[in-house]
Amino acid sequence: MNTGVVQRTRGRELLYLGREYPKGGDYFRDRLRAAFIKNKDVQDPERIKEMIARGEFVARELEALYYLRKYRAMKKRYYED
Amino acid sequence: MSGRVLVGVKRVIDYAVKIRVKPDNSSVVTDGVKHSMNPFCEIAVEEAVKLKEKKLIKEVVAVSCGPQQAQETIRTALAMGADRGIHVEVTGKDYETLGPLQVSKIMAALAKKEDAQLVILGKQAIDDDCNQTGQMTAALLDWPQGTFASEVSFDGDKIKVVREIDGGLETIKIKTPAVVTADLRLNTPRYATLPNIMKAKKKKIANVKPADLGVDLTSRLEVVRVDEPPQRQAGVKVETVDDLVGKLKEAGTV
Repeated sequence: MNTGVVQRTRGRELLYLGREYPKGGDYFRDRLRAAFIKNKDVQDPERIKEMIARGEFVARELEALYYLRKYRAMKKRYYED
Repeated sequence: MSGRVLVGVKRVIDYAVKIRVKPDNSSVVTDGVKHSMNPFCEIAVEEAVKLKEKKLIKEVVAVSCGPQQAQETIRTALAMGADRGIHVEVTGKDYETLGPLQVSKIMAALAKKEDAQLVILGKQAIDDDCNQTGQMTAALLDWPQGTFASEVSFDGDKIKVVREIDGGLETIKIKTPAVVTADLRLNTPRYATLPNIMKAKKKKIANVKPADLGVDLTSRLEVVRVDEPPQRQAGVKVETVDDLVGKLKEAGTV
């Protein structure tokens, strides 16, 4: 498996997902870039697999965050509790 | 039976944006403001795609009415799993006065033209909050309607719809073809991920003019004025219960 390709794909996906981060797309992008640069020399395939998995996890967490925010906003605006 | 579902998607100002009214009180500021698909339309698309994944229907067609930018909204629907899109081009003054009556005429014409089995719409748009398009579309087509749907299932040649109504839930069975409008709890819309957006670029979006469908866009409504909601008055803090009673008496409510 060409991990270089996977990493770049995951990186791009995270960058795309991070646009709507509550603290600002720029904040997210800078942190993401720093994380990738810090780890760019890692060669151990096990560690790489680990980090790709963590990237996936972060991506799913972001999706859940965005969904919850929207759902709660709609619920608050349109439904009386 | 074509097994085709038409889903209407509307491009609205993003739900998280702080709305500002133009200084002349004619409308809201839309230039340079973030837009996205109406949240209830997202739920409608998700339901249609789910039905296709369950192999209950064959094709999902996403429809949006508006200027060039409406295509972005259709692309999002395609990225969520719709098969193809139809962009009904409406611009300028026509777009400013475009409302449920005109859109429902368009949707009805398209439903007939595309031989749709089901039309799914969001229950209302978060910008105008009309909650009319689905109902009007059904009436124009003389089709049954299942509005405020929190659950949709196929039951033979009928559709079972659980509706959210005041005081609870109502279950109805309606014949197809039919119109359904999506409520908040119908499903959890999937996020349009980057790979899916890339794949969606290959899907087709047809361009159609309202005149081609024989639809008259003349509006019978005129927006007279748009105002911001009144500012919330700051609350008053009191020290003791007696103070509270005193204040209530002053206000004449006790």
